[in-house]
Amino acid sequence: MNPAYSVILFTTASGAGYGLLALLGLVGFNHGTTSSQTFALTTAFIALALITSGLLSSTLHLGHPERAWRALSQWRSSWLSREGVAAIATYPVALFFIATWSGLLDAPALIKPLGILTIIICTVTVICTAMIYRSLRTIRQWNHKLVVPVYLAFALATGATLLPAVAIWFERWQIFQAILAAVAIASVAAIKFVYWRSIDNIPRTHTTGEATGLGKDVRMWELPHTNTNFIQKEMGFVVARKHALQLRKLVFLFLAVALLATVSTMFATPYLAIPAALFAILAAVFERWLFFAEAEHVVTLYYGKAAV
Amino acid sequence: MTTLPTHTTKKLGLVIDLDTCVGCQACATSCKEWNSQGISAPLTDAKPRSAEPMGTWLNRIHGYEVKEEGSAHSRIVHMPRSCLHCEDAACVTVCPTGASYKRQEDGIVLVNPETCIGCKLCSWACPYGAREYDYTEGVMKKCTLCVDRIYNENLDEPDRVPACVKACPTGARHFGDLGDGNSAVSQLVKDRGGYDLFSEMGYKPTNKYLPPRKRRDTVTTAEAMPKSTGSAMDKLFAWADKLLTVSEGPSTMSQPDNSAKLEG
Amino acid sequence: MLQPTVDTQIKTWDEIKTTTCYMCACRCGIKVYLKDGTVKYIEGNRDHPVNKGVICGKGAAGIMQHTSPARLSKPLLRVGERGAGEFKEIEWDEALTIATSWLKEVRGSDPRKLAFFTGRDQSQGLTGWWASQFGTPNYAAHGGFCSVNMAAAGLYTYGGSFWEFGEPDWKHARYFLLFGVAEDHASNPLKMGLGKLKERGAKIVSINPVRTGYSAIADEWIGIRPGTDGLFVGALIHVLLEHQKIDAEYLTRYTNSAWLIIENAGSAEDGLVLRNSAGTPLVWDPTTSATKVAMTYGADPALMGRFTLPDGRKVVTSFTLIAERFLKEEYAPEVVAPRCGIEAATIRRIAGELAHTAFEDSIELDIPWTDYLGRRHEKTLGRPVAMHAMRGISAHSNGFHTCRTIHILQIMLGTIDVPGGSRYKPPFPKAIPPHVKPAGKPGQVQPNKPLPGPPLGFITSPEDLLVDAEGTPQRIDKAYSWDAPLAAHGMMHMVINNASKGDPYNIDVLFMYMANMGWNSAMNVPDTIQALTAKKPDGSYVIPKIIYSDAYASETVHYADLILPDTTYLERWDCISMLDRPISEADGPADSIRQPVVELDRDVRPFQSVLIDLGHRIGLPGLTNADGSARYPGGYPDYIVNHERAPGLGPLAGFRGGDGKSSGRGAVNPHQLKAYIDNGCHWYHELPEHMRYYRHVNWDYLDWATFFGFMGKPEPIIHQVYSETLQKFRLAARGHGKVLPPEQHRKRIETYFDPIPFWYEPFEEAMVSNNEFPMHAITQRPMAMYHSWGSQNTWLRQILGRNWLYVHKQRAADLGIADGDWVNVTSHHGTIKCQTKLMEGQNEDTVWTWNAIGKRSGTWGLDANAPEAKKGFLLNHLISDLLPEREGGYRYSNSDPVTGQAAWYDLRVRVEKAVDQSEESAPQFAVVKDLGK
Ligand SMILES: Nc1nc2c(c(=O)[nH]1)N[C@H]1C(S)=C(S)[C@@H](COP(=O)(O)OP(=O)(O)OC[C@H]3O[C@@H](n4cnc5c(=O)[nH]c(N)nc54)[C@H](O)[C@@H]3O)O[C@H]1N2
Ligand SMILES: Nc1nc2c(c(=O)[nH]1)N[C@H]1C(S)=C(S)[C@@H](COP(=O)(O)OP(=O)(O)OC[C@H]3O[C@@H](n4cnc5c(=O)[nH]c(N)nc54)[C@H](O)[C@@H]3O)O[C@H]1N2
Ligand code: SF4
Ligand code: SF4
Ligand code: SF4
Ligand code: SF4
Ligand code: SF4
Ligand SMILES: [Mo]
Repeated sequence: MNPAYSVILFTTASGAGYGLLALLGLVGFNHGTTSSQTFALTTAFIALALITSGLLSSTLHLGHPERAWRALSQWRSSWLSREGVAAIATYPVALFFIATWSGLLDAPALIKPLGILTIIICTVTVICTAMIYRSLRTIRQWNHKLVVPVYLAFALATGATLLPAVAIWFERWQIFQAILAAVAIASVAAIKFVYWRSIDNIPRTHTTGEATGLGKDVRMWELPHTNTNFIQKEMGFVVARKHALQLRKLVFLFLAVALLATVSTMFATPYLAIPAALFAILAAVFERWLFFAEAEHVVTLYYGKAAV
Repeated sequence: MTTLPTHTTKKLGLVIDLDTCVGCQACATSCKEWNSQGISAPLTDAKPRSAEPMGTWLNRIHGYEVKEEGSAHSRIVHMPRSCLHCEDAACVTVCPTGASYKRQEDGIVLVNPETCIGCKLCSWACPYGAREYDYTEGVMKKCTLCVDRIYNENLDEPDRVPACVKACPTGARHFGDLGDGNSAVSQLVKDRGGYDLFSEMGYKPTNKYLPPRKRRDTVTTAEAMPKSTGSAMDKLFAWADKLLTVSEGPSTMSQPDNSAKLEG
Repeated sequence: MLQPTVDTQIKTWDEIKTTTCYMCACRCGIKVYLKDGTVKYIEGNRDHPVNKGVICGKGAAGIMQHTSPARLSKPLLRVGERGAGEFKEIEWDEALTIATSWLKEVRGSDPRKLAFFTGRDQSQGLTGWWASQFGTPNYAAHGGFCSVNMAAAGLYTYGGSFWEFGEPDWKHARYFLLFGVAEDHASNPLKMGLGKLKERGAKIVSINPVRTGYSAIADEWIGIRPGTDGLFVGALIHVLLEHQKIDAEYLTRYTNSAWLIIENAGSAEDGLVLRNSAGTPLVWDPTTSATKVAMTYGADPALMGRFTLPDGRKVVTSFTLIAERFLKEEYAPEVVAPRCGIEAATIRRIAGELAHTAFEDSIELDIPWTDYLGRRHEKTLGRPVAMHAMRGISAHSNGFHTCRTIHILQIMLGTIDVPGGSRYKPPFPKAIPPHVKPAGKPGQVQPNKPLPGPPLGFITSPEDLLVDAEGTPQRIDKAYSWDAPLAAHGMMHMVINNASKGDPYNIDVLFMYMANMGWNSAMNVPDTIQALTAKKPDGSYVIPKIIYSDAYASETVHYADLILPDTTYLERWDCISMLDRPISEADGPADSIRQPVVELDRDVRPFQSVLIDLGHRIGLPGLTNADGSARYPGGYPDYIVNHERAPGLGPLAGFRGGDGKSSGRGAVNPHQLKAYIDNGCHWYHELPEHMRYYRHVNWDYLDWATFFGFMGKPEPIIHQVYSETLQKFRLAARGHGKVLPPEQHRKRIETYFDPIPFWYEPFEEAMVSNNEFPMHAITQRPMAMYHSWGSQNTWLRQILGRNWLYVHKQRAADLGIADGDWVNVTSHHGTIKCQTKLMEGQNEDTVWTWNAIGKRSGTWGLDANAPEAKKGFLLNHLISDLLPEREGGYRYSNSDPVTGQAAWYDLRVRVEKAVDQSEESAPQFAVVKDLGK
């Protein structure tokens, strides 16, 4: 599939945003209003900024952004619609949560439930995003049980590395945050490793013969048109195997650096949380590019690919 | 409304005969032509005179090289491909806006150009590559089964068929209700073993394809004609002599002899 | 939940007009949907006899042709050098004045110095007549490089032809042999026909080196090696003869098989038909053991045998000679097999299937008919074996004889114009050959005088040739000379290069219409461009003046001095006349018209009207009244209605007579065009059942056809399996007769004017080394493209914007060529570079590509870097217009020796992986200025 930068930006940025917001929900749940308000406000602001920029980039990428609101209507059947609804729902929840925290809304009793609610809505949104891909039968690499975990793990990992990076400025850095981030990064790496292993080994059982129903010995002779069409541009994207492997290594490298930096925050200076966050996000971006580039759509069977 | 109808009154669709299709492209250009001015209009062509023209088409003819089991040579099979109006059409259910929908009354799968936001998700969900994004219009386009022809009373009755079906010079394209077991198309599918394209995907296409017939390059009704022994020329003379003794055959004299008129 | 509503009752048009398509030569009826005078949609006309409602890939893209940015919009006068693309727009008056002065001068001095050639002309009724009015013999359309081998072989053998003048009986055929066809002129009818055969489960056998399109859906594919069909068909005949599977009655009654041929070696009558004093052929009556007049009622004559006449002369029936020829070992399946690349067993099986279908599977229709002798046949007997052949046969230098061999096979099986066989389309059958002789002999061309006859026709003996006492050709293309005696369609492919060499003489004005002679219709494009721009020592052009009418910014436009821009096919009147290539159905004659369906939006004029205007300005008698006024002031539509070739016979056969009720013959009907429009722009006269078959010998038909003006008098058209005409040339080569070939031509005439068809190796293959050039290179028509003019079409160019060279997988492997490699293709004449595609469904010794896709940068309103120009290519650069030198240093044209048909598919090449793998085809020509609107 064609790795469109808007989608990559959307999924990574908003992923990180939801991760961060969810963790803020956790902090609020644990410490209630006693905790620093400026810290809460800044973190919330950063999270929502990330979420919003992601949503905007994907919206502007539409053929008709002005009609984007329509996408909220089909939550019954469409994961994209559900994602939209969840994404929108996040804002009031988050704002209420922050309002109570910052005392703007004087209802200290609500902060715990609102914290939980924030965690839930963020998780739901990320799951919806993942399900958009997970639900497509046309793409093996997406129609895969690990896709949702991957998205959740990345949201958590990027969020968890961002949290301490913000916390240090308000002397709110805690070893617990570092541990959480480290665990998240490690699990991302683990899940991704298993995922890649698995998609490398799934048998390419769909063949041109199967797609065309013309028997065993079938190969493409002539394309319908000598110029490339939408299908080829959108679904026909291929990344060279060795190129892909290098990028995978990079992702692991970035994760490793992020992990190292995060762990070091516990022994050396917590300010290492900043490079940690940056590398985690960098890993997410590369991973997301590969997520699209390595996805093989069955329609390519009609356009010369022997098997997917 | 992207939830699929549980049941459609009719299942209108195409039956395409791969044994007869010569790949002439008439269905492709007729489709392009009708839909450039019908409800799908405009069907744009970006940079049409350039090195990379980029047009939106709703029907494309692929060519495959196929080797029939037990046959020495492979052959070309031309395969026109357009939307199959699937019963289990994920292209509909994934649509966030309801722009993509399957009609209750006839099962036709359509895109509403008024509400489509151009997110392209439906094209990802289609295993057949039947949806084409119109970059200029920013909406998704697809075969409408010529819904603006088949019911259109501004057209003469026999013309109320899809443009591609009317155009097809070899008669390889058939249109009808595949939900009705007695319809001509259903009969054709029965007789010729029509099949679902890529049924493994589980989309339950309505359109059917009639497979290429087995070649007939060995079977023969005729008795072989071995090399004759002895002088063929002598046999021929003998045969010719015998002829002269046989009678006039089917013809009989019943009219004045015109031959005089023709002398000289 | 409610679903969106769609408007299923749209009406995007306010008017529907009928006319005739011109996206190719098939001439289907179309309905044009219009809104405020602009075209919205074009579909096939259901009521039209040709296409019955269907339309093809090209026709449905007509809108894009009509609105093409490559359209010319104003007359152009060259200001720079030829080919530099520097023109100035001029007004029509100036353009016509210039043309008139050029043409007047030529006509006043030596009319031969006008060469008028008209390419893809559908108005040859007018253009040919115009040429003879002008007085020049130098006229022809594209037939000479197209398929004259088919036309001539048919017309000299059975009075019809595969080429447009006949069609298989799709309704009854049970076995169909298709030789060398990818698309053909009858684009839609052939597809509809194949569809019908498929419906009925008839067996389709395609003989073709390439297995695409029609061959792909055939039940059996014979991947023959190019140029060897004559052997394959000869072998089928061989087997049928071996087993006496022959329709004796058909042969003896309806063909010249029983005619007696004089065997008197060395004499002037050797090989001629034995005739009585009245000139009527004689046959052998076995009952009286004496000769009798052929074509008389009574016991059938001897089909085979040698006899001695009372005067001691030896005679033999012509069929005996044919049997002797094809029973020769050289036509045995086992012998031809390796050469054709077809197994002997396959040939024997197919012969068996043919015999079975023709004789065991024959059909009888309940239609009584009467033959020319008054024999009443209670039923119509059918032998359901149909055949069709086209350029795979004709585009070879042995095409004439190969095509005749196919006709012999059809005739032996008794399948011509019978149910299930190959049927004539009226006005055919015609006399063998038609009674029209070409004018242009020495003395017949006079200043300011029309020719005494038409420039094109059919010659029957050396006396009819257009040569002088020394045997020098009289036509610029050397048609009807000893180079190509039966060149019934002229030899357009020779004009430009001959003219540039002044061989046989220099011309003054080259006037072309609708032919891209500077590109895809030229053999040897680089030299043709040279020829168009060649200069005399004094710096003036060797071809002094070139007038060209095109509608689009084609390659050729750049080499003209004066350009007369034409309209598109939706903007003009036209008539598809039976005086030209008919659109008739087998069941009856038909013709049609084009009407302008949209207003002109540019300063262009329909060529036919311009030609008529020019004719009047020059003062051609047929176009000028006694008082000097214009005969057809209304231009072409005026001519279509009011012109009469003979009393009551005009361009259109329908709606004639004062009341518009008579057909065929009838007075001029001033409202004829309206009548056509009211009838959907066509006219079709369905024949009664008893006149639909055996028409060459069907008394009622012949009688009717005579009334209709198709023939002079009702006479049976006896198939000439033995061609006395050819024998006459052979005798001349042996020194007999008044007109004798110059020494250097004699051997060639003696060899190739064999009265009985035979196979010989195509010239190029025979002349160049098979080791150096081991492969055949051919082209195919792409179904969705029409020659050069499809590429300007915004829709069609997306489908086929470039071409590849197709090579057989196995052969490619041997040559170390991978899929997509760029290769050099070299012939004895030149080299091109192009990109390969590998496939299996093709003859291993053959490479091929789609025809005319390659374009020149800057033409057709396309970006200069369009794939058509940068990746596309033509094989034409490799095809020499002349054969390698022969004994005496003479170079014959690369054509069939009998008809002059261009031998495009004789091309022999070698293919090597190119060192330079850059993604660009070669040669690349200088980019020309875009002349498009
Ligand atoms: N779409 C479309 N239709 C057209 C045209 C067009 O340009 N486009 N052009 C029109 C014109 S001008 C013409 S003349 C007709 C020509 O129509 P066709 O006769 O179909 O001409 P070609 O496409 O040259 O097809 C020649 C076929 O013969 C095969 N062939 C080549 N050599 C041999 C041989 O030695 N033996 C046998 N058995 N086969 C051989 C080739 O593989 C090819 O399939 O088409 C007309 N119709
Ligand atoms: N290698 C190879 N070469 C071949 C062949 C082959 O099989 N292989 N086939 C040969 C054969 S059979 C033929 S018939 C020729 C065909 O070749 P051409 O006779 O050159 O046919 P086109 O390429 O269609 O070119 C016709 C010209 O007419 C112009 N034209 C189109 N419409 C109109 C109009 O309405 N009015 C006017 N005035 N002009 C118009 C077009 O712009 C174009 O310049 O090619 C021959 N060349
Ligand atoms: S029009 Fe008919 S024959 Fe031509 S490509 Fe389409 S289906 Fe095949
Ligand atoms: S073919 Fe594709 S677009 Fe058409 S209904 Fe099926 S899934 Fe949807
Ligand atoms: S592109 Fe349009 S039709 Fe397709 S899913 Fe998006 S909104 Fe629905
Ligand atoms: S049914 Fe209509 S829209 Fe669909 S392919 Fe045919 S012509 Fe195109
Ligand atoms: S075959 Fe196609 S292009 Fe040719 S006349 Fe008919 S419709 Fe037009
Ligand atoms: Mo042609």
